[in-house]
Amino acid sequence: MLATYAQAFALIMDPYVLTVILFSALFGLFVGCIPGLTATMATALLVPITFFMPPVPAIAAIVTCTAMAIFAGDIPGALLRIPGTPASAAYTDEAYAMTRKGQAEVALGAGLVFSAIGGLFGTAVMIVGAPALADIALRFSDYEYFWIVVLGLAGAVFIGNASILKATISLLLGLLIACVGLDNPAGFPRFTFGSAELTGGISLIPMMVGMFAVSEILRFMVHLDPPLRLATDRIGNIFRGMGALLVKYKWGLLRGSALGTVIGIQPGSGADMAAWMSYATAKKFSKEPEKFGTGHVEGIVESGAANNSSLAGAWIPALVFGIPGDSITAIAIGVLYIKGLNPGPSLFVNNPQNIYAIFLVFILANLIMIPLGWLAIKVAKRVLTVSRNIVMPTILLFCIVGSFAINNTVFGVLLILVFGLLAFVLEENGFPVAPAILGVVLGQMMEENFIKSMIKSDGDVTAFVTRPIAMWLAIATFVILFWPVGTWLWRRFGVRFRY
Amino acid sequence: MKFNDAILGAVFLALSIAVLVHIQGFPNIPGQKIGPGAFPGLIALILGGCSLALIWRGWRERASQPMVAVGAWLASPRHIRNFLVAIGALVFYILAADVLGFLICGAIILISLFLTLRVRPALAVPLALVLPVLIHVIFYKVLRVPLPWGVLPVLW
Repeated sequence: MLATYAQAFALIMDPYVLTVILFSALFGLFVGCIPGLTATMATALLVPITFFMPPVPAIAAIVTCTAMAIFAGDIPGALLRIPGTPASAAYTDEAYAMTRKGQAEVALGAGLVFSAIGGLFGTAVMIVGAPALADIALRFSDYEYFWIVVLGLAGAVFIGNASILKATISLLLGLLIACVGLDNPAGFPRFTFGSAELTGGISLIPMMVGMFAVSEILRFMVHLDPPLRLATDRIGNIFRGMGALLVKYKWGLLRGSALGTVIGIQPGSGADMAAWMSYATAKKFSKEPEKFGTGHVEGIVESGAANNSSLAGAWIPALVFGIPGDSITAIAIGVLYIKGLNPGPSLFVNNPQNIYAIFLVFILANLIMIPLGWLAIKVAKRVLTVSRNIVMPTILLFCIVGSFAINNTVFGVLLILVFGLLAFVLEENGFPVAPAILGVVLGQMMEENFIKSMIKSDGDVTAFVTRPIAMWLAIATFVILFWPVGTWLWRRFGVRFRY
Repeated sequence: MKFNDAILGAVFLALSIAVLVHIQGFPNIPGQKIGPGAFPGLIALILGGCSLALIWRGWRERASQPMVAVGAWLASPRHIRNFLVAIGALVFYILAADVLGFLICGAIILISLFLTLRVRPALAVPLALVLPVLIHVIFYKVLRVPLPWGVLPVLW
């Protein structure tokens, strides 16, 4: 194993890879800083460029950029009271209240230092957990894989969505989109309507650029918010007093990091939910809950660590099963497939150096976050005053080129238009977009395992539950699926039974 | 633009019926009981069920949830214009890219979006001229994406 780590280390220390890491870090910090641009959007914009890179730098770019963007989202939160990414929304008011009290440097310093620690915690869990899980997953057959995919999709729909019905519909739309084209077990052209472009299926990259970047630009075009105003331009030494905070809030830090990692592993819920939940837990377990909301750093320590640790957690199911833990890893899985590194337990056996290289990139990204983040805070005033009226049109042009670059046809541009509009309308009507992306990413794998299992069992559906692991996975899925129905019945009728 | 759930439910129901009708023409895999229509059929059936539930919910709440609620931005001509210019920029690129080429299309798209968003012309014009060249160099030279030259001669 040490030899493999040495190999992986050599892969990372390549000057080309290091340059990619540096530039994607700066890109991530910039995108995270600008309100309205999310970490997912940063990833979607990076993908057309990573398309032209070897696997390790491609993945390194995504990992670094997202870690930076999630931290950088704290900066406008503290200075403008607008979260740079949704992952910082949970504690934006708290950070802003601290700035108003003249403690901007404490809020930003805590965001930076504890983001890095949380990220390293999640990475440690990933390094230990992912290979162990892969060992178990090697014993899985088509039946188990079918259930793993269903379980992942069920989790994505049922956890953290306001309307389960709408999340389900969004997921089903994604699964239907995945059906388009020739790429199915029968090799039969489906829903192509005679179009040569559609025969190849709907390319994931233009679709994601449309759903995560173009829709965001459209939302900016119609936003009615007042212009941004900086709360302060005096930021002191952000590292002063961090050691004391670390000692004082060590348990909160640990709790936030652990909770964040678990939420990251859970399919469909990512950094933003990790932050909201840890902020709530921090308040619940705090010795001084009355101070929360008045500019108290405790919640920032815990949830700032949680949103970064969830990033690494999300990669565990992504690498081991090919099931994305959040929308960022959904995109990353698409990249892994394009690079021929199909995620799954065999990746750990056949290409362990690539996996270990990803682990090392996570460590590196969280370490360089400290100096680069410090730099970002120093220049924040300038970045935040860059007009979004200039940034957004430029990003739109970038989306056009990026979607064109995948197949070198304007069909890609048509796709970003269609999916940008679709995502815009869906979100305006309360349909979450992330389940649709998960559906597209997992649709093909789900169908393949479904058809193979059906053929193996000669159409006998009971084969799906007779193998022991398959049975337990099926039970877990049904528990998630029928949990809301069960609690509803209990609330409705359970009370009556007691009389 | 917010629609009543019943309207969106009807749209999704129509989609699922269309899929179910369409897959009737799919053949089975030779020698198997199952074919390429099985999976989309299963998905369409579940989608149909969910659509009915959505219609039912929208209908039940029709008193509090109007059939079409116009968002605040639709009352502001400036924001409608912003939205339409962004959509128009993409449509324009799809139609004109091969004829005019990337550099000209990119400059036109940027200048129209900048001016729509009220960027000062003294800043908007130089940016609209420089940024497409920058993006072109990155993608055309470094990443070797064959962006169309259109009416311009091949410059680099």
